[in-house]
Amino acid sequence: MTLNWKTGGLLLGVVFFLAVLLVKPIGVSTQFVILDGIIGNAVNSELVTQTEESWTSTNAYLAKSGGKYAKSVANPLNYSFVFVIAMMLGAFLSAMARGGVPQDERRLPAIWYANYGDTPWKRYAVAFLGGFIVLYGARLAGGCTSGHMMSGMMQTSLSGYIFALGAFATAIPVSMMLYRKEG
Amino acid sequence: MSSIILALVIGAAFGAVLDRIGATNPNWIGKMLTLTNLHLMKTILLAIGTGSVLMFAGQMLGLVEVGHMSVKAAYIGVFIGGLLLGAGWALAGYCPGTGVCAAASGRKDAWFFIAGGLLGAAAYMVTYPAWLASGMLDNILGGKVTLGTVPGSKFDGLSAIQGDLLGIVLGAGFIVIAFVLPERIVGRGEAVAPAE
Repeated sequence: MTLNWKTGGLLLGVVFFLAVLLVKPIGVSTQFVILDGIIGNAVNSELVTQTEESWTSTNAYLAKSGGKYAKSVANPLNYSFVFVIAMMLGAFLSAMARGGVPQDERRLPAIWYANYGDTPWKRYAVAFLGGFIVLYGARLAGGCTSGHMMSGMMQTSLSGYIFALGAFATAIPVSMMLYRKEG
Repeated sequence: MSSIILALVIGAAFGAVLDRIGATNPNWIGKMLTLTNLHLMKTILLAIGTGSVLMFAGQMLGLVEVGHMSVKAAYIGVFIGGLLLGAGWALAGYCPGTGVCAAASGRKDAWFFIAGGLLGAAAYMVTYPAWLASGMLDNILGGKVTLGTVPGSKFDGLSAIQGDLLGIVLGAGFIVIAFVLPERIVGRGEAVAPAE
């Protein structure tokens, strides 16, 4: 059962506040880069190397800002990476505690079924494509819904507002074109 | 070590809340983005407002470390990236955080979202030098700035307005919008909630 927006919004706001109070604002999309780096470094150990003061990489993106991403790739047991693993754990336990996501929903969301029928592989292809665009865009923007929109606007950061404006400018029309039936 | 424990506790709480508010459910995202049920939008607006008021009020009372703020830079690529993310968000019904949580809760399409995401992030890592050379990543309007000037913050203000006070006012504004926003804008009748 979905929480009423007053309860849910308050809880979500408190989580964002606790993150800033105790550590730093929440962000997620960087960790896709870190996981890519970990995989890349496992295939080719030349990707990330240690320098005298820190870490660097043959990939310009991992090497930027004094090699802070390269450092995280070399040390995956860091706050931000563990944070995302913990998010998955929390979501899993929460879903289980409410009886789990129903079998048919796990296979195919109702909104897809209502608009495109029983076409799970088409849905998976679209989810894959969507994932590609989301993460490419998030890295170009330097953050995603968590880091820019939520954490950013909460801190009155200008970039958060610019990002949110861009995101909703496409999200609403694209969604309206794709999902005409309510489901 | 203590930072790892904090990561586990705050991360798990975040994941659990995302699951309970429906943010990990593509049906709720679809209804929000087609403006047929804005319940999740109200949740998000209230969360931003609550977080903002607590943080800035905490700063004014000296209970919250101003140094914990982390403001991202503003540049043209932020807007272009936002446009891209929005399109992909509508397509998939997931954003990075909700996608990993949905996958963990057993949604099969979310695993495809993650796979696509890893490839998309890798594509950006490879094309990053071209973006850098294009000037689209150059700071605009001061780069890492807040709308007002926050006392004791290392980030500049876009305006001279007292930043913490402005943060509380804007936070209250988000909360008010959450309350006055109708349940639905498009379509007629009661806003329908997804079955799941």
